[in-house]
Amino acid sequence: MKRRGDAALRIWRNRSRLLLAVFALIGCGLGARAFELQVLQHDFLLGQGQERQQRVVNVPAHRGMVLDRHGAPLAVSTPVDSVWADPRELLANKDAWPHLAKALSVARAELAARLAEASEREFVYLQRQVTPSEGARIAKLEIAGVHLQREYRRYYPSGEVLGHLLGFTDIDDRGQEGLELAFDAWLVGNPGQEHIVQDRRGQMIKRLQSVRVAQPGRDLTLSVDKRLQYLAYRELKAAVQRHGALSGSVIVLDVHSGEVLAMVNQPGFNPNDRGGFRKAALRNRAVTDVFEPGSTMKTFTVAAALEQGRVTPLTSIDTAPGRLRVGQHTVRDRHNLGVLSVSDILRKSSNVGASRLALAVTPEALWSIFSRAGFGQSSGSAFPGEASGSLAEHSRWREIEQATMGFGYGLSVTALQLVRAYAAIAAGGVLPEITFQKRTEPVEGERILSQRLAAALTQMLEGVTLEGGTGQRAAIPGYRVAGKTGTSKKSTAGGYSDDRYMALFVGFAPATAPRLAAVVVINEPGGEVYYGGQVAAPVFSKVIAGALRLLDVMPDDPRVFQASAGTVGDAS
Amino acid sequence: MARLSSGYGGRDSLLRLLAHFFRIDPPLLLALLLLCATGLVALYSASGQDLDTVLRQGLRMAVAFGAMLLLAQVPSRSLRLWAPWVYAGGVALLIVVLVAGDVGKGAQRWLDLGVLRFQPSEILKIGLPLAMAWYLSERPLPPRLGRILVAVVVTAVPCVLIAYQPDLGTALLVCCSGLFALFLSGMHWRLLLGFVAIAAASTPVLWHFMHDYQRRRVLTFLNPESDPLGSGYHIIQSKIAIGSGGTYGKGWLNGTQSNLDFLPERSTDFVFAVYGEEFGFIGAVLLLLLYVFVVLRGLMFAVGAQDSFERILAGSLSLTFFFYLFVNIGMVTGLLPVVGVPLPLMSYGGTSMVTLMAGFGILMAINSHRRLLA
Repeated sequence: MKRRGDAALRIWRNRSRLLLAVFALIGCGLGARAFELQVLQHDFLLGQGQERQQRVVNVPAHRGMVLDRHGAPLAVSTPVDSVWADPRELLANKDAWPHLAKALSVARAELAARLAEASEREFVYLQRQVTPSEGARIAKLEIAGVHLQREYRRYYPSGEVLGHLLGFTDIDDRGQEGLELAFDAWLVGNPGQEHIVQDRRGQMIKRLQSVRVAQPGRDLTLSVDKRLQYLAYRELKAAVQRHGALSGSVIVLDVHSGEVLAMVNQPGFNPNDRGGFRKAALRNRAVTDVFEPGSTMKTFTVAAALEQGRVTPLTSIDTAPGRLRVGQHTVRDRHNLGVLSVSDILRKSSNVGASRLALAVTPEALWSIFSRAGFGQSSGSAFPGEASGSLAEHSRWREIEQATMGFGYGLSVTALQLVRAYAAIAAGGVLPEITFQKRTEPVEGERILSQRLAAALTQMLEGVTLEGGTGQRAAIPGYRVAGKTGTSKKSTAGGYSDDRYMALFVGFAPATAPRLAAVVVINEPGGEVYYGGQVAAPVFSKVIAGALRLLDVMPDDPRVFQASAGTVGDAS
Repeated sequence: MARLSSGYGGRDSLLRLLAHFFRIDPPLLLALLLLCATGLVALYSASGQDLDTVLRQGLRMAVAFGAMLLLAQVPSRSLRLWAPWVYAGGVALLIVVLVAGDVGKGAQRWLDLGVLRFQPSEILKIGLPLAMAWYLSERPLPPRLGRILVAVVVTAVPCVLIAYQPDLGTALLVCCSGLFALFLSGMHWRLLLGFVAIAAASTPVLWHFMHDYQRRRVLTFLNPESDPLGSGYHIIQSKIAIGSGGTYGKGWLNGTQSNLDFLPERSTDFVFAVYGEEFGFIGAVLLLLLYVFVVLRGLMFAVGAQDSFERILAGSLSLTFFFYLFVNIGMVTGLLPVVGVPLPLMSYGGTSMVTLMAGFGILMAINSHRRLLA
């Protein structure tokens, strides 16, 4: 027993020594492994760690605001979150799907389908542009593989009122239409980059350093006066509805600076509602659509005749019997207007009279004044899709064309060109440079008429809105209004239509010291009422009356001013 | 040993007197306290500076030290008497847990006693060394073949039950504590080699009975980069954490791998990676030395033990502790497959802490017993 016990003790001692040696070796091995990882492979593993923890991300740049001339915001980019996922990670985490679907307000099946479709990819958008509070709710779920991305979304506080003018941006906040497109380079910022530390789920923990600072876009101050814009929008919409018209446009210009104070069209669209765009409603018809200007051109025919010294405003022209034979064709007035003065040709809008004047001057003289007034060429507004209209070279005119040109057929213009040309008369003969941006210093336009001629035209155009003129309904109590009506037959495939018209009114006020010029175009008013003087002139009156009051313009018509000083500007 | 225990007469300090009275070994106690303190420091960082977690763990440590103190008072005579019952009770509870246990993290490991939830497998970490020491030391050593075979069955039964839960890590540890006991009992080399050969031959059979996730872990261990998003993720992130610590570490609370949530299980099984990232190579070596000291101290007690029961018991407990450490650090540094073995005394969790400290209580009891006889 004893001997065996001794042997056992000896064996035990040997074995414990052996084990000690083995374990000492193992201990050294662990130490050596620590040395290998922490000293020898330190740099490599540190790099591996940083590769996982650090990342360069894009910093979206804030798109500049669009403001009206008084600083009211018209287009604003607000921060939103886009939810994206790494499908490979999210597919392994099916338990979280019901929560996620609920937070995103989508059907589970739809979410599953989207993920299945993108299962091979590393990136898929689950939902673009949710509000920051919704984003925070999704972030709070802490679902592995679901991430947020900061973006900006454009909001248009005025909605449809400025829809055509502003246009809109796409989902990446780049301008697609309108001024958003025209001034995209100015508005868009320069996205930056920064180095960040992220956690395992890819959430940013802290910023390390900026690689490139994001340059926010610049704000754009428009020439538009939001109050005038609302006014024009309201009146045009009411008129288009009342007359059952196809479409319509109104432009209000500052006659001296050429600034567009208001520009509206119908039908309109709401740029905030990206889903419901109808192609036809997107057009800013005021600059993209052309039409034959009809009687509104007679003003320039008269100007040519006066400029050539063929007539004076008081020269008598015989328009009897209300028709004029030119070669194979006949020009007609609505009734026999008899003998008219040159002023009366405008006041009564005689086609025969205008044709006689047009034929009295050389084609070149007529063409020259049309061309100087800006017809047949772009207005230089740089609005995307602007049309230049058409004005044929005078050498190719036939006699009948020269006659019809005199009352506005055979050429096409845009509403913007038309109002600009009238603004030139208002401004004493200087054609203003059109702009959508607020002017800080005056820009001298090109003189196209002598001051005297402009003054004479203004005086004659005033007659249009007075008793006996076609445009009486454009009158504004307290102000003297100069302008011209137009009712042009729309040209169709087989000639001119007898029941489809453009109702026009273009003019300016106050006539003694003009400030505002405006054009009203109502396309195809339905029913029996379709004359420019009936359909377009009242819109002009309401819009300009309101605008003059808003702009605090002194009344210049002493008769009414003295009679009803208390209701000046109340134009309705 | 003699020097250490002989200084009681002269400069009696109150502390020494207390240590003597409570049969506590001051150097071992100090080392254990240091390890636990280090564990709390690392846990504070790993938990994302959550003081509640640290306090909860501190409370468990206090309970564990109480268990140590309690067991240090038990003479080895009593241990020998309890040994078969502790073992039998443990195995019985393992069977109960398989039939009616709570499922936690996909495995049936927990027994809910209303006020107390614990894993019966932990009992076997003490119970098997006790039973093996008791059974092998009943007859003169080295044991004969018949006894060895019985001892193998005694080891295998709880191991199979634990592995079936499935808890591969604990099964491995319990199995090793039994094998260490057999080895220390002086079984013949030839027999030992025979067992090794049988074990190697049965590997394919074992593979067949493994769960999918266990197989995956082994495969991942062989090539962690093959599946960097899946199972290999743990190992890669852990290696990165330890490696980015460098020589001096990033400093306490500055470990990015853990703070940024890249490191999984960082307060439990992978706490060494957090520690390694923040305290570097120097810190890792110091920690390893502390652990080695604890193991050596335990083996010293074994060397000085009075009989083969105490020797085998003390040796098995110390070596198992070391094996524990080796498996965990080997796993975290990518030397071994990922088996769920916590780092002793440092990983967050309660039951294993109590078992470990109870083991150290037994070691201290063996030591004081010898001292009293001397």
